[in-house]
Amino acid sequence: MSADFLYGIEVVINGLMAGVLYALVALGFVLIYKASGIFNYAQGVMALFSALTLAGIMSGQVPFAHLINAIFGTDIHYFGWNVPVLAAIILTLIVMVIFAWGVQRFVFRHLVGQEPIILFMATIGLAYFLEGVGDLMWGSDIKTLAVGLPQGGSLVVEEWTAGLGGDDFFGFFIDELDMAATVVAIILVIGLIGFSQYTKQGRAMRAVADDHQAALSVGISLNFIWVLVWSLAGLVALVAGIMWGAKSGVQFSLSLIALKALPVLMLGGFTSIPGAIVGGLIIGVGEKLFEYLIGAPYLGGATENWFAYVLALLFLVFRPQGLFGERIIERV
Amino acid sequence: MKMKTLAAMALAGAMSAAPAMADLVIPDLSYRTGPYAAGGTPFSDGYQDYFNLLNARDGGIGGEAIRIVECETGYNTEKGVECYESTKGEGALIYQPLSTGITYQIIPKATVDEIPIHTMGYGRTSAANGEVFNWVFNYPANYWDAASVMVNYLLEENGGDLSGKKIALVYHNSAYGKEPIRTLEELSAMHGFELSQLAVDHPGQEQKSQWLQIRRERPDYVLMWGWGVMNQVAVQEAANIGFPMENFIGNWWAGAEHDVTPAGAGADGYKSLNMNRIDASLPVFAEIQSLVHDAGNAAGDGSNMGSVLYTRGMYAAMLAAEAIAKAQEIHGVSDVTAAMVRDGMANLEITEARMAELGMSQIGPEFSVSCENHGGSGLGIVQQWNAADAQWVALTDYIAPDDSVIDPLIAADSAAFAAENNIEPGCL
Repeated sequence: MSADFLYGIEVVINGLMAGVLYALVALGFVLIYKASGIFNYAQGVMALFSALTLAGIMSGQVPFAHLINAIFGTDIHYFGWNVPVLAAIILTLIVMVIFAWGVQRFVFRHLVGQEPIILFMATIGLAYFLEGVGDLMWGSDIKTLAVGLPQGGSLVVEEWTAGLGGDDFFGFFIDELDMAATVVAIILVIGLIGFSQYTKQGRAMRAVADDHQAALSVGISLNFIWVLVWSLAGLVALVAGIMWGAKSGVQFSLSLIALKALPVLMLGGFTSIPGAIVGGLIIGVGEKLFEYLIGAPYLGGATENWFAYVLALLFLVFRPQGLFGERIIERV
Repeated sequence: MKMKTLAAMALAGAMSAAPAMADLVIPDLSYRTGPYAAGGTPFSDGYQDYFNLLNARDGGIGGEAIRIVECETGYNTEKGVECYESTKGEGALIYQPLSTGITYQIIPKATVDEIPIHTMGYGRTSAANGEVFNWVFNYPANYWDAASVMVNYLLEENGGDLSGKKIALVYHNSAYGKEPIRTLEELSAMHGFELSQLAVDHPGQEQKSQWLQIRRERPDYVLMWGWGVMNQVAVQEAANIGFPMENFIGNWWAGAEHDVTPAGAGADGYKSLNMNRIDASLPVFAEIQSLVHDAGNAAGDGSNMGSVLYTRGMYAAMLAAEAIAKAQEIHGVSDVTAAMVRDGMANLEITEARMAELGMSQIGPEFSVSCENHGGSGLGIVQQWNAADAQWVALTDYIAPDDSVIDPLIAADSAAFAAENNIEPGCL
């Protein structure tokens, strides 16, 4: 096989892996939209906030230290201990559940029945509020997230495949972090689908997603379900924050990963978990292949950001509800 | 009674909020929030702490207290312009926008308002031509100097011959990132190396395609023009594909501690330029600690002192303070105006004796500024990251750029700007 062909395959494999990372972010949007019809602009910031919280707890950082020091004239920054990864993840999840409760209690409970655009605007406000709180709580410096995830290309894969394409082919490059992210994403999706299909709360969540009024009439608490959904979105945000934060350190640009999820949602639909996964894979492969075949050689490169949206738009033209979205039927 | 109390409180509040008069006003267009905060915060801390030190130690500059007016730009050009507009009326003496995008937008405004801009190692490179850009200064070095210093370093490493070598430029796909391309193309033609260009879109969180391309093409060297998260991801991706880190060189905005620490041991050996030396033992830091931080007047939480960008911010403040002192000397008044500060900048001379006197011996190269040359010496050093010790180590002394390549480029670009804007080149 020619080296060019093999490199094309390498691009596809890496595109699939990148797509998994995009899908991780998109999943959070889907969960909330499906259950409440809210397009959560704050999902990217939730990933940032959860990763900041995890890194802060692990390193024993004192939350709001800068504020405390400014008010009381103290000079404290760290408790002087490190928290094990698992315990820190559990504590972070507790923080995200408290956040979910707060969002429901202080924001969306007061906006029941409002137009979707109002709810969307509320999530914009929430995003900036959460970003500010994250800064105040943990500071704006870049934090290293050492949760034991592997880093670097897989030497095993590289060595096994090095002989496939002659001297010009150096073996497939597959990032071990991407492989770990893929495994985690598979477990997460199976867990989410299992939860929504086979648990009482999951079925209640689906009932609310189908029809709020009907769900209320059979005694399902809308408030509880919304807290549950925002908590699950917090869990997904934490997973996405860990995976992306492991690459670049935890920093405020993490909130921009939401931009990578939008074309995935446009393509996969806002209401389908499998749609988010398949959409992520298509976007990941599509943008990487376009960059490899056309963008870098003919257009000066850096085509991925806009091409992902072009691809999503093409799908939208032919299937406005997305690949797996619920079909919109308006009866007169 | 209640109304009277409220009125008295309001009056007291208004009085306490009123700005101090007759100060030397220095705006700090900082970015402590948003995606680029990790770079903006230490620079701003260093910039402000040095002015606070002058206030505490010397009572300001020439007996005039310094008043810092901080405005958060978020590294956003529109917000940066708003900050410029909202602070210039306070009597601003000099702007340091720390953003090429903001610099491009405020050059015409500051020229009309007659307020000098100092863009240290960033901004519009051809502003080095002081006869066209009367109000803009980019000493001690600019982007094109940086590109040339990188190539001169590689020439040294390769016995003076780069012919046949492959050099890749990974750059932020913005006005900033594209700045060195023209210079590198000239140098490529001159020295016979093959230059490939790989653009990375903002913010640079995802660079898989670019690094797979580097892995396929196996360049001898990779140069980087990055900022923000692009740097951390690039260093991590380079380590992931096993690119030899000693052949990976970032510019001076891609060489801070936070650019390399997320990659851990994988970043060991990565190199970058610097326009100033890093030396935590400089006496000025001890003074800042005792007179500013211990007095509770630190700009930040104090954790950045001595870091690459903190030191650069402090160096920038020193250059601004020296220009103000020079302006006071030239005009014989302590309460100088922005136009006077411009004169101070245009006649600035930084010597080793003066730097030593200020407690920052050899922090930067000696250089002088003139009406014609606003660019300084253009020197830069190459530093290397030692991951085990978590510190940058200077590998070289100051390396000079190739002025025979850069000067004509500056002349051509500034002449084009002058023609577009009906500027008659000349000194003020």
